[in-house]
Amino acid sequence: MAAISPRQVALPVQPWIAGRFLAFARYVRRNPLLGVGLAIFIGLVLFSTVGGWFVDTTKAPYPLAAPVSKPPSLDYLFGTDAQGRDMLAVMIVGTRLSLKIGLLAGAIGLAIGIVLGLVSAFYGGWIDNLIRWVVDVMFTIPSFLVMVVIASLLQAYISIESMAFILAAFAWPGPTRGIRAQVLSLRERQFIQMARLSGMRGPEIIIRELLPNISPFLLAGFVGALIAAVYGALGLELLGLGSQREPTLGMTFFWMQKYSALLRNMWWWWGIPIAIIILLILSLYFISFALDEWANPRSRRSE
Amino acid sequence: MSLRYLGKRILLLLAVMWTAASINFLIPKLSPRDPIKERLEQAAMMGGRNQTGLQAMTDAYSQQYGLGEPLWKQYLHALLKVVQFDYGYSISQYPRTVNSVIKDALPWTLGLGITSILIAFFIGTMLGALLGWPRSPRWLRAFVPASMLTSAVPAFVLGFLLIYLFAFQLRIFPLAGAYSRTATPEWSLTFIADVAQHAILPALALILFQLGGQALQMRGLMVMTTGEDFITFADAKGLRPRRIFSRYAVRNALLPQVTGLVMSLGTFIFSTVLVETLFSYPGLGNLINSSIQVLDYNLLYGITMILVFAVCIATLVVDLIYPLLDPRIRYEGR
Repeated sequence: MAAISPRQVALPVQPWIAGRFLAFARYVRRNPLLGVGLAIFIGLVLFSTVGGWFVDTTKAPYPLAAPVSKPPSLDYLFGTDAQGRDMLAVMIVGTRLSLKIGLLAGAIGLAIGIVLGLVSAFYGGWIDNLIRWVVDVMFTIPSFLVMVVIASLLQAYISIESMAFILAAFAWPGPTRGIRAQVLSLRERQFIQMARLSGMRGPEIIIRELLPNISPFLLAGFVGALIAAVYGALGLELLGLGSQREPTLGMTFFWMQKYSALLRNMWWWWGIPIAIIILLILSLYFISFALDEWANPRSRRSE
Repeated sequence: MSLRYLGKRILLLLAVMWTAASINFLIPKLSPRDPIKERLEQAAMMGGRNQTGLQAMTDAYSQQYGLGEPLWKQYLHALLKVVQFDYGYSISQYPRTVNSVIKDALPWTLGLGITSILIAFFIGTMLGALLGWPRSPRWLRAFVPASMLTSAVPAFVLGFLLIYLFAFQLRIFPLAGAYSRTATPEWSLTFIADVAQHAILPALALILFQLGGQALQMRGLMVMTTGEDFITFADAKGLRPRRIFSRYAVRNALLPQVTGLVMSLGTFIFSTVLVETLFSYPGLGNLINSSIQVLDYNLLYGITMILVFAVCIATLVVDLIYPLLDPRIRYEGR
């Protein structure tokens, strides 16, 4: 066994990764939706990271950093709000924080989903029944309401991380169900049978054979969980249930509503956050639409 | 598909209710906050005088609410209350019970919600069916990217943009509320017209958001159905395309479409809560928002449990009407 494994590892890795990457690149070129989505998303990521070099991220996005209620000018490109936050800095930091919440919650949700989905599909029996039952219950519960109850009890203590944990607690049923279905269809394929006959044990088959084969699907699942988390975070924050101190996108919307930016005719205060929210969600949706097709070739259609 | 399946579904819905009730019971126990104490401190601050003996009062109230008893006893008590639909008194509107506060808000939410769900489902399904039908005119295809756009943009963002455009700039529709301040609620034509005028913008936000998703889903289902052999066969038999469309393709795509509608109820509640908050529409969603702001936990739990219950009932009703939609399903099971 020990003699075989290094050779096995050394051989297939390189062409496999290169091949996948090339296939992906070709797919992007054929599918403009994915290209547009990725371009907007990368643009937002750059805006929130590189933009941080040009503004004071520790002071400017918080109250009393600038003169209040100024329309966009050369000094303050996106204007300032009624509490004296520099809107450009708010948007840079806010996009970063909202992405952080989404990525963290999505990653945790997907990780739980991978473990439960693999266990459920691979071992079957009572444990499969139990996991399916719990997933069914979680799917039927209007999770947003439960999140509201939890968040309202923690209100003053909510941080970016605890927000992500609350969202992650409800982000795993989708990935679990999807991964279980994928693994079930792979489980009886010949190459898995071969692996089993050659003496691989369960965990080894899962890591070496199953995971690489469902990786496009995992990516699609991750983007799905990311969208759900970004959505959920926005919803909670709109009810004032976000981190009270941090200028996330949702909290910016909340303050803007609370101090009726619309009636004061401060278009930059509501217009810019809304534009960023729309761009963020649209880019994620475009990526998700395209990835779903990539992961499920059966739904690919000639347009 | 049999009675056994239906029994399983009912068991699942009971488990859903039990889980929600348990979370509502357990989370406050784990939380570092003490609603009774916070409420008393708030009242003391309002009073302006330096109150002494707050701790003693907190203890006394805790005793009164049965918070001194062992945890399992409290838990059983809480479950019993849920079964009896008894959620106690509203903390913020004290002499009123949670049920009476909910009863006032429920018609508004039901009116807004059911109308917009039905309209969005009807139009979305029709649109999606036409989009997935190969013989549809070409100009219809423009609706595919449009549906993607409206289904992706959150309902509260759509709502805000609608407010800006139609209420703030053009002043065609009112900014907020369910009826004018000067109007008295009654069954008169003017009042109904007033209510309708107030409901149009929030309903439009909810409809636009759902319609896109419904259309895209139906389009996918139609594309799959029209690829099936029985469609080709019906075509070969020489049936008229209109008949194949309505009786063969749409009929078969409709069942998973209805399942999808039930699955999207959670998203719908999410959108309704936020849209009602945005429009200060006096329904359950706005009530959730205000009960968060004033720390009215009893009310918050009451609304949560009522909505969870409503979702369960809706799921069950759809399970029961499946046989009407699809004659292949029967529950008579022998």
